[in-house]
Amino acid sequence: MSEYALALAAFPERRRVRERSNEQLLEAIGAGDEAALGALYDRFGRVAYGVAFRILRDQALAEDAVQEAFLAIWRSADAYRRERATPSTWVLTLVHRRAVDLVRREDRRRAEPLDEQPEAAGGDVPEEAAVRAGRVEVQTALRSLPSDQRQALELAYYGGYTQSELAERLGVPLGTVKSRMFAGLNRLRELVSEP
Amino acid sequence: MGEPDIHDLAAAYALNALEPEDRWTYERHLDHCERCPDEVARLRAGAVQLGYAATGPEPRPELRDRILRAAREERMAPVTPLRRRWLFPATAVAAAAATVAAVGLGLWANSLRNDVDGRRVVAMQGGGSLVISGDEASIVACVDRAPAEKTYEAWVIENKVPRPAGLFRGGCVMVPLMRPVERGDTVAVTLEAKGGSNVPKGEILMSANV
Repeated sequence: MSEYALALAAFPERRRVRERSNEQLLEAIGAGDEAALGALYDRFGRVAYGVAFRILRDQALAEDAVQEAFLAIWRSADAYRRERATPSTWVLTLVHRRAVDLVRREDRRRAEPLDEQPEAAGGDVPEEAAVRAGRVEVQTALRSLPSDQRQALELAYYGGYTQSELAERLGVPLGTVKSRMFAGLNRLRELVSEP
Repeated sequence: MGEPDIHDLAAAYALNALEPEDRWTYERHLDHCERCPDEVARLRAGAVQLGYAATGPEPRPELRDRILRAAREERMAPVTPLRRRWLFPATAVAAAAATVAAVGLGLWANSLRNDVDGRRVVAMQGGGSLVISGDEASIVACVDRAPAEKTYEAWVIENKVPRPAGLFRGGCVMVPLMRPVERGDTVAVTLEAKGGSNVPKGEILMSANV
């Protein structure tokens, strides 16, 4: 009883709601809490759209990909398994998968995916500085990879190429593509701690 | 592709860079492999960094509203578990894929037919029944629970174009379809990745013509 009162005093309801962890948000979404879906979008919508736009290069398609991914989260948040991925990784993996599915269907990826997009204008949002710092850290890590690994990762992730298409495009055996992707991903993970 | 190579698919899987058939094979493998889930989790933590590195324009503010509105409007097919007394062991109808087992639904289907005029009951190939009333239809079936990371998805196929009609997890269920049906349409069920798909990728487990 007194412990309960203490807990309430230490964690007022409003504070708990505002500071719900990503996992708690997914749990609430799984229970049909629409506000939690909005809160999850507030956290990941921007980076999700950035991923989708980089791949699809089209506003309407990128919006479709993000919407489909968030609806997939809405439907299946109760299937989220923490031992398989952190919530942010799970969310971005779903967004990425929808985007590459779309780009393959639309066959739009013939545009060279290695061109970097111009940095977005703006910066009127409070967390922008932190987000940008994180992005710069990742971009630096990416540039430090051996170029053949970086190329394989970028063509696969941003270009939506399958491993077989990559082997053909790069003119190397499939096994070489696999080992470049494997080494590149491991190296990236070591270089950057997940936000 | 032989079994010895399957662990090599982890990196491409983490990058969503597998061909659909390899993705399907690998996901089935993931369900029973001891080391692959950890490996995929590790590789995905690397892959997601490429997402954080992406730059581009901001999403339009309308997108948030659009997503929340769609979530509100979308209802998971409201699955009604069948009451115990309707279930009894009967001849199992083996599906081609052998994952669908139909239990005796005839009694229940008959009771429906007698309950309300204008309802038709069509046996589905592969098991289960389709109950049609006007342009509304429900699938009534007993199927194995979908494996982890998978879901059953119902489709209404009009003029050879399949359209998603609801998701369900399995068990003994009644699944009202989210799309209207017309004579000449086909209703089908496939197994898809969790969250459903816009186009059927799994093979057809059950089907019936309306």
